[in-house]
Amino acid sequence: MAEAHDSAHGGETPGTAVAQQQDHSAPAPAVAVVRSDRFPNPGFPPERLRVTDLDPKKEKQAERTISALFFLSIIGSVFAVAAYILFPIDNLDPSTIRLNNMFLGIGITLGLLGVGIGAVHWSKALMHGHELVEERHPTRGSDESRERAVEIFREANAESGFTRRSLVRNTLIGAVIATPIPAIALFRDLAPAKDPVALLKHTMWDTGVRLARDPSGTPIKASEVTIGSAFHVIPEGLAELEYHRLEEKAKAAVLLMRLPVDELNEDPAKADWSYDGIVAYSKICTHVGCPVALYEQQTHHLLCPCHQSQFDVADHCKVIFGPAARPLPQLPITVDDEGYLVAQSDFTEPVGPSFWERAL
Amino acid sequence: MIRRIETHLTMAPTPASTRRAGRRHPLATTALLVVGLLATGGAYALATTTATAETTAASAELIDEGGKLFAANCASCHGMNAEGTAAGPTLIGAGALAVDFQVGTGRMPMAASGPQAELKPVQFTQAQIDAMAAWVADLAPGPAVPPDRYIAGDGDAAHGAELFRINCAMCHNVAGAGGALTEGKWAPGLAGVDPVHIYGAMVTGPQNMPVFSDLNLTPEDKNDIITYLLYVQENPSVGGWDLGSLGPVSEGLFIWIFGLGALVGVTIWLTAKSN
Repeated sequence: MAEAHDSAHGGETPGTAVAQQQDHSAPAPAVAVVRSDRFPNPGFPPERLRVTDLDPKKEKQAERTISALFFLSIIGSVFAVAAYILFPIDNLDPSTIRLNNMFLGIGITLGLLGVGIGAVHWSKALMHGHELVEERHPTRGSDESRERAVEIFREANAESGFTRRSLVRNTLIGAVIATPIPAIALFRDLAPAKDPVALLKHTMWDTGVRLARDPSGTPIKASEVTIGSAFHVIPEGLAELEYHRLEEKAKAAVLLMRLPVDELNEDPAKADWSYDGIVAYSKICTHVGCPVALYEQQTHHLLCPCHQSQFDVADHCKVIFGPAARPLPQLPITVDDEGYLVAQSDFTEPVGPSFWERAL
Repeated sequence: MIRRIETHLTMAPTPASTRRAGRRHPLATTALLVVGLLATGGAYALATTTATAETTAASAELIDEGGKLFAANCASCHGMNAEGTAAGPTLIGAGALAVDFQVGTGRMPMAASGPQAELKPVQFTQAQIDAMAAWVADLAPGPAVPPDRYIAGDGDAAHGAELFRINCAMCHNVAGAGGALTEGKWAPGLAGVDPVHIYGAMVTGPQNMPVFSDLNLTPEDKNDIITYLLYVQENPSVGGWDLGSLGPVSEGLFIWIFGLGALVGVTIWLTAKSN
């Protein structure tokens, strides 16, 4: 506190700079008053005593308040245990979680806040309240203790022979370096066993794989997709996968839509990728991979809920708004002999967001 | 009963005849319309119990009645024969269920052109809606109002919840609280919506909502979805106050204002000198 006052008088503050400059020149002849270049140290303001210092009644009251807070804390903690027993969670009735959590929370909150608020109130209202200054100690140790420290190192070196027994020392350093190596090998194995780039470039879709409903996995006939429909599609067989089902779904999820044929503006090179106005696009946003499925059947806009990228389904899903860099990849589809929609092939480009090795 | 209603209705769309004498009060037409509509509504309200029994038969009288209502209230946009105009789409093949949804939720007649037809108080009695639905259904085959067993909401709520998360939640929010779409459109919240309108929306795909025909989600699936939505409405959120189920928007706002506000208050109290 005292140091802060001193530095304020050192000339750094803007208000004092003018007075200092004038003092360097000769005093103006007409000015009779001799001015000091410093403000006097105002010292501390007179200490204001607290009501609890002045009034014994108030002191007694504060004491009662504090003990009441601590007592409330005890009640809260006991109440939390009682509530946990009285309002058990019934596995068959999720609404019981509500009461259980609420009363448990109220009890624990009272338990913790009672101690905390009581302790702060105690220190503020009753504990010794005089203002005092503690000078900051220098960080540097005394010369004596510094010398002693160096001496300890020397003694330890002489007693252990750390520099003398170089074989022991060097093998120790080698051993310490080697200990993290098993961890590196273990953590390295958390990475995909196969080349991740190849995994990112291929999905479950392949020639002749039927388009199936999510989540039931039943295949979809072209005749079932009425105009204006949106189907959430997984490749047939995904629902039966035993391993990596979610990983495969995350790449292969497709949105199937049927537009009036005259409203569909198709790239001539991809004209046979759709079937009678039925188009299938990857549901994984090319920005950061959120599922894009907010389909508006009249405007044919697809909206990504994460960052508001918009794709125009009628215009091969080109980006019409937002941060996505590329159109959604289209899945080439056709129908098989039984009238079911099938994929002509896998996606012809990697689905989802950009990655380092992706050729643009 | 229907004959009596016709007399009121034929009075309503005759604004030209009031100009003839040129000395009627300017509000006479409006007053006549109001009187006519009130009388019609009152008569129907009295007749509803008997009228619903008749609608199932979709009698020729009912269709005729619906045609008159359509001509008076809908034809200016949809065309006299529901063939569609520049202002409104054709209703040929729209089916009774589309009429029941659009008129029954107050979206039609549309208040104003805009990104989306807004909800407003329903303008017709159920009997009038049924009559118009019967007339539209008579134009061409279309989705019909489902039997009660598909809108009873007594299905499998867990299965309905899964279907809702996959097919509906991206627009309507996982708790059915609704959400924003592009260019001023929005997916409405689903709390308090009549099950038959939920069913109707899925089948007919009103406005920008995609169609979920019975070939995509079976009527049983739709009943499961309705079951889930009713379950969400009837059971309070397990996690306590749900703040409108809007997710990070309302929760973030709450914690930034009240959570941080409480921390600021505690900090000030900690450092302030006691009295």
